[in-house]
Amino acid sequence: MTAAPPITAGLGLKPQHYEEALAQQASGLWWEVHPENYAVDGGPRLAWLETLRARQPLSLHGVSLSLAADEPPGEAQLRRLAQLARRLEPALVSEHLAWSTWRGHYLPDLLPFPRSNAALARIAANIGRVQDRLGRTIAIENPAHYLHLAGHDWSETDFLAELARRTGCALLLDVNNVYVSARNLGSSAEDYLDAFALHAVAEIHLAGHHTDPRWGEALLIDSHDAPVSEPVWALYEHVLARAGRSIPTLIERDAEIPPFADLMAERTRAHALLQQASRCTEVAP
Amino acid sequence: MTPHLAAFQDALAAALRPGEPCTEPPGWLSVLAAQPGFAVYRNTVAQGCLSALRANYPTVQQLLGDECFGAMALDFVHHNPPADALLMLYGAGLAEHLARWQPAAALPYLPDVARLDRLWSESHAAADAPVVDAGWLAALAPAALAAQRLRPHPAARWLWCDTHPAYTIWRRHRDSQPLDAPLSWHSEGALLTRPSACVHWHGLDAAGHTFLGHCARHLPLAEAATATLRAHPDAKLDVLLAQLLNAGALTPCATP
Repeated sequence: MTAAPPITAGLGLKPQHYEEALAQQASGLWWEVHPENYAVDGGPRLAWLETLRARQPLSLHGVSLSLAADEPPGEAQLRRLAQLARRLEPALVSEHLAWSTWRGHYLPDLLPFPRSNAALARIAANIGRVQDRLGRTIAIENPAHYLHLAGHDWSETDFLAELARRTGCALLLDVNNVYVSARNLGSSAEDYLDAFALHAVAEIHLAGHHTDPRWGEALLIDSHDAPVSEPVWALYEHVLARAGRSIPTLIERDAEIPPFADLMAERTRAHALLQQASRCTEVAP
Repeated sequence: MTPHLAAFQDALAAALRPGEPCTEPPGWLSVLAAQPGFAVYRNTVAQGCLSALRANYPTVQQLLGDECFGAMALDFVHHNPPADALLMLYGAGLAEHLARWQPAAALPYLPDVARLDRLWSESHAAADAPVVDAGWLAALAPAALAAQRLRPHPAARWLWCDTHPAYTIWRRHRDSQPLDAPLSWHSEGALLTRPSACVHWHGLDAAGHTFLGHCARHLPLAEAATATLRAHPDAKLDVLLAQLLNAGALTPCATP
């Protein structure tokens, strides 16, 4: 069996782009979907994903395991994810450092929490439980922040690094979230990235954001409804230079979906930067 | 002082839930709620629930209009927050909510239209299974036919609208047909199937509903037919069976 070619830049997949996605043969291309949208018993949606999966690698990016809730992930949800992962054999599985399900109710968002020592222990246990169930490591993503929260014992970068150390999980670095959070909280995106455990990063996300209609530039929203902004591209290049290697990178778009070709153009830009990064690695002494 | 994680999540979840009045929040929560970013979470949670209901009940939304649907949906979300993240199936109980929702009292067919939207979602996401077709029926010896058990296909759904033509109203919206054509105001039934990739819909009479119900209870065909004829003496069972087979409504029972 020959090794699969390395994956470079991928695209978040939207149902309206199914046909165009099927026709794509770009080198290193992969696709990411939210498993919540495919946790069905059967039907055209799942059949189509399996067809695509036979052509290119797939990533399952969960938004609802609620790993930061002070309770274990729901059994039904774990079972569904494990079934889907068995069926689709994804190249990557990821989730967020956030919570969304609490005491039997789902709040469709990625909610913040105080990064306390107790939270660290709880989340490490939850990640361990998921990884044991799936029989593989997952990657944990830094969320976007909108609030100044008290009660942190840990910086987010140290918290994520410690989770990786304790559980063996990988990290998913969302560069747009870093930019949005730094702007909203008045901190430095560069400092955050310089403190990030890049050795543990298995995937990078790039997405667009917009300004809040009421607060303007003072409040940025991680809306995934616009092209990746130039400051985020610049931070991305900074990350790749520091990492000194190619890291699978996803262009995310969840609203105001443009023509497929526009998304592919962003994907091609990321692909070129990744090839450049891997060439640098090859010539390094 | 920030509370322990569980207490933090109890209070924040209550504060973010759509429509939930936040009476006397703890001090630390008031500090959060005073920040501009708090509204981002509140909006995202509410919009996530509303978008799911709009996507899952497109015909109800067309009938009510954006604004009215939004008000109704917020009221629904307040009383029935999503239990889990499978938002493509969120909204079970919306039909009953509509039946009680006073502003829609003049649209008595609306709950059944909501049920049909719901059945479409269920059919679309249901398990795959082979369908038996008319060729299968023709190849079967008459004696074997009587003992044969067929069950409704996992993606088959059916609904009887007792007092109003809810299916015709729903179908006209789904098929983009003229909405002002005259309606004949009587009971009617609907059958949704997914023989291949797409969900299809058909009219189905009362005998068809009875027959499918018996198939769902795993009765052999002869018994299902006899029971159907008892309830509907005028039923044309050969026509009915051909209709169900052509629609892809039936699948073989697993061999015991």
